[in-house]
Amino acid sequence: MNAAATEADHHHGPAPGLMRWVTTTNHKDIGTLYLWFSFIMFFIGGLMALIIRSELFQPGLTIVDPHFFNQMTTMHALIMIFGVVMPAFVGLANWMLPIMVGAPDMALPRMNNWSFWILPFGFGIMLSTLFMDGGGPAAGWTLYPPLSLQTGDAFPYLIFSIHMLGVSSIMGAINIVATIMNLRAPGMTFMKMPLFVWTWFITAYLLIAVMPVLAGAVTMLLTDKFFGTSFFNAAGGGDPVMFQHIFWFFGHPEVYILILPSFGLVSEIIPTFSRKRLFGYSSMVYATASIAFLSFIVWAHHMFTVGMPLTGELFFMFTTMLIAVPTGVKVFNWVSTMWRGAMTFETPMLFALGFVVMFTIGGFSGLMLAMTPIDFQYHDTYFVVAHFHYVLVPGAIFGIIAGVYYWLPKWTGNMYNETLGKWHFWTSTVFVNILFFPMHFVGLAGMPRRIPDYAVQFADFNAIATIGAFGFGFSQILLLVLVIKCIRGGDKATDQVWEGAQGLEWTLSSPPPYHSFSVQPVIK
Amino acid sequence: MAQAGNHYFVPEVAKWPIMGSIGLTLLFGGFSSYLNGGSMGMPIMLAGFAVVIFMMFGWFGEVIRESEHGVYSKWEDKSFRLGMSWFIFSEVMFFAAFFGALFYAREFSVPWLLGEGSGAETHRQLWSGYTEIWPTNGPADMGESDFHMGWWPLPFINTVILLTSGLTLTWAHHAMKVNDRRKLIIGLFLTVALGFIFVYLQVVEYQEAYHEGMKLSSGIYGSTFFMLTGFHGMHVTLGAIMLLVMLLRAIKGHFTPERHFAFEAAAWYWHFVDVVWLGLFIFVYIL
Repeated sequence: MNAAATEADHHHGPAPGLMRWVTTTNHKDIGTLYLWFSFIMFFIGGLMALIIRSELFQPGLTIVDPHFFNQMTTMHALIMIFGVVMPAFVGLANWMLPIMVGAPDMALPRMNNWSFWILPFGFGIMLSTLFMDGGGPAAGWTLYPPLSLQTGDAFPYLIFSIHMLGVSSIMGAINIVATIMNLRAPGMTFMKMPLFVWTWFITAYLLIAVMPVLAGAVTMLLTDKFFGTSFFNAAGGGDPVMFQHIFWFFGHPEVYILILPSFGLVSEIIPTFSRKRLFGYSSMVYATASIAFLSFIVWAHHMFTVGMPLTGELFFMFTTMLIAVPTGVKVFNWVSTMWRGAMTFETPMLFALGFVVMFTIGGFSGLMLAMTPIDFQYHDTYFVVAHFHYVLVPGAIFGIIAGVYYWLPKWTGNMYNETLGKWHFWTSTVFVNILFFPMHFVGLAGMPRRIPDYAVQFADFNAIATIGAFGFGFSQILLLVLVIKCIRGGDKATDQVWEGAQGLEWTLSSPPPYHSFSVQPVIK
Repeated sequence: MAQAGNHYFVPEVAKWPIMGSIGLTLLFGGFSSYLNGGSMGMPIMLAGFAVVIFMMFGWFGEVIRESEHGVYSKWEDKSFRLGMSWFIFSEVMFFAAFFGALFYAREFSVPWLLGEGSGAETHRQLWSGYTEIWPTNGPADMGESDFHMGWWPLPFINTVILLTSGLTLTWAHHAMKVNDRRKLIIGLFLTVALGFIFVYLQVVEYQEAYHEGMKLSSGIYGSTFFMLTGFHGMHVTLGAIMLLVMLLRAIKGHFTPERHFAFEAAAWYWHFVDVVWLGLFIFVYIL
C-alpha cells in the first residue's frame, strides 16, 4: 500500500489533444467520459421531464401536442435509464473499481474504450428519431406491442439503438467481472472487497444475464413489424402478453441494476462519515446476492392486471414481498452503522442520508404495489410513478451524486465548495419531495399515468409537482457549477480527503497518477 | 490473483473501437432506412458492414500480433478466458429469450387460444373454430401452411454432423496439446468442413420448408422455428469462421501446446452452438 512506489511507475501519460479521449484505454479517462456523458444526458432527459411537467401544470391540453407528450415520456425514460443512471454507474466503476481492488487498470482496456464509444452513437440514433416522420417512439419505454408496432419511421432506429446500448452494457459488465475476478491485489480476498465493488460485481452478472433477453425481445418486435412473424400476434398463435413476460424478465433485474451500485456507494459513504466500520459487512454481501437472485423470479408483478392465472398472481406477489427482507437488512445495517458513530454531515453524507430515508419511502410504496389485490387499484396510476421515481431519483440518482461528492476531491485534487454542496443538497431534497410526494395522492385518487390531460380535481397537486420539478431541475445547475469550479481550483485535497475514509483509493495521491498500481499493493 | 511485481499489459491507445462504433452506426442506420423503404439504406448498410469487418480484421490482427510477440502472460490470458466465458453466457441468455417464446407459445398462448384457462373468452368470441394444437400457424391460418418440419432425416443427420464436429475438434485440441501439428490441422479442417456442411444442409432444409409453403410468416410455428434455427445457423456460421481463422493460424505455425487461448475460445464457442442445437433438436424438431 505504498503510494510513492506506484507513482514512480507512471512512465507514460495521456496522448495529447482531443484524440486522447477517442483512443484512450485508461480507466480514469474512460470513467471521466462516462460521467460527463451521463451528466449531459441528465440535462437532456431532465429537459424532457420539464416539458412533461409543464404540460401537466394545468388540466387541459395546454402546451404540447399529445403525441409529442407521449414521445417525451418514452424518451425521458429511455434516456434516464440507459443514458444517465447506467453510464453514471459504469463511469464510477471505471474510475474507482480498479483503484479499490488495487488493479493497474480494467482487465480489457480496449474493449473498455469501445463500451463507452458505442453510447454516443447509440444515443445519437435514438435522439435523431425525434425528427423523423411520425416522430420518436411514443409507446412508453416498455415498448408494449401492439402499440409500439405503430411507431413511424423511428421504429427500426429505436430497436437498433437499443441493441447498441445493450452491446455496450454487456461489454462493460464483462470487463467489470474480469477486473474483479482477475485483477485484485494479492491478499484482497472476496470478503475483503469494498461494498461498492461487491454490489457492482453482482450488478454485472445481472447485466450479462438480462441485456441479451432485452435484445431478444426487441428483435421479436422488429421481425413482427417487418418480417411477418407472429410472436406477439394472437391471429398467428402468439400473444402480446408474451412480450410483457420477456420484457419484464429483463426489466425487473434491470431495476436492480439501477439501484444496487447505489447501495454500494451509500455503504462506502456512511461508514466514512460515521467513523465506524460498516455494520454487518457479510450480511450486506449476502443481502445483495439475495436481491439479485430474487430479481429473476418477480417479474410478473409488473403485470398483475394483465389477466394471469391465480397461481401466477400469488407466486409473484409472495416472491416480491420477500425482497423486502434483504432490503430491510440493508437499511438496518446502514442505520446501525450510524448508531453511536462520530457523525459529521458533509455533502456526500447528506446525500447518503437522503438516500436512506427517501429510498425507504420508495421501498414501502413498492411493498404496497406488490400486493396483488391492491395493485389492481394502483396499476398504471401516478402512485406507480411516485414509487419508482422515489427509488430512482432520491434513490439511485442521490446515491450517484453522493458518490460524486465523495470522490470528487480524489479525482480533481481539489476540495469542492462545501457551502454550494449543502445548497445543492437542501434544494434538491426539498424540491424532489415537492415534485414526487403529491403524485402518491393523485395516484391513489385514480389519476392515470402517461396522459397529457387529467380531471380537474387533480389540478392542485399537479401544479405543486410541476413547481417541484422546476425547482429540482434548476437545483442541478448548482451541481454543474460546483463540479466545474472544483475542476478549475479550490483548496488542495489531501490524499486521505475524509478523516474516516478507509480503502485503497485513499492511499493514492489526489488526483491519482495516470497509471495507478502498476505494481500491486499487498493487502494484509 | 497475481504476485506483486508482475506487470499487466495495458495498451496505450485503441484506434479500432471508434471505427467499430462508426461501422455499427452505418450498419444499423442503413438497415433501418432500408426497412423503411429508403433507397440509400442498402448501400449505407453494406458500407457499415464493410467497416465493421475491416475493424475486426484490424483489431483481432493487432491482438494476434501482440500474442505472437509474447506480450501476454498467464495473467492477461485469464482475463481473456473470463471475457469469453461470460460472452458465451450472454449468448445463452439471448437464445433463452427465443426458447422462452417457444415454451410460452406452446404452454400458454396456443392452449388459451384453444379455449383453456384464462384466455377462454378469446376463443369463444373470436376464434371458436380454432382447433390446431402444435404445430400451428394460428387461428387466422397465417401463411396457410400446416407443414411440420420433422426430425428425420435432415435434422437428424445435422445432429450427427454437429456432434461429430465436436469430437474432431476435441481430437484437434488433444493434438495441439501434444504438439502434433499435422493432426491438429486435419482435425480443425474436418471440424470446419463439417460446420459448413451443417450450414449447407440447413439451407437445403429451409428451401424444402419454403417449397412446402412454411415460411417465417407462417404463424407462431414458423416464427419460432425460423428465428431459433436461423439465429443458431448464424452462430454456427460465425463459429465455423472463427475455427477457419484458427485453422489458418495453425497452418501459419501459430499456437504452442501451452498457449493457444484463441483456439480454446473458438472451441468453447463451437461447443456452445452444439449444445444449443441439441436443445433445438429436442424442443423444435422432436417434441
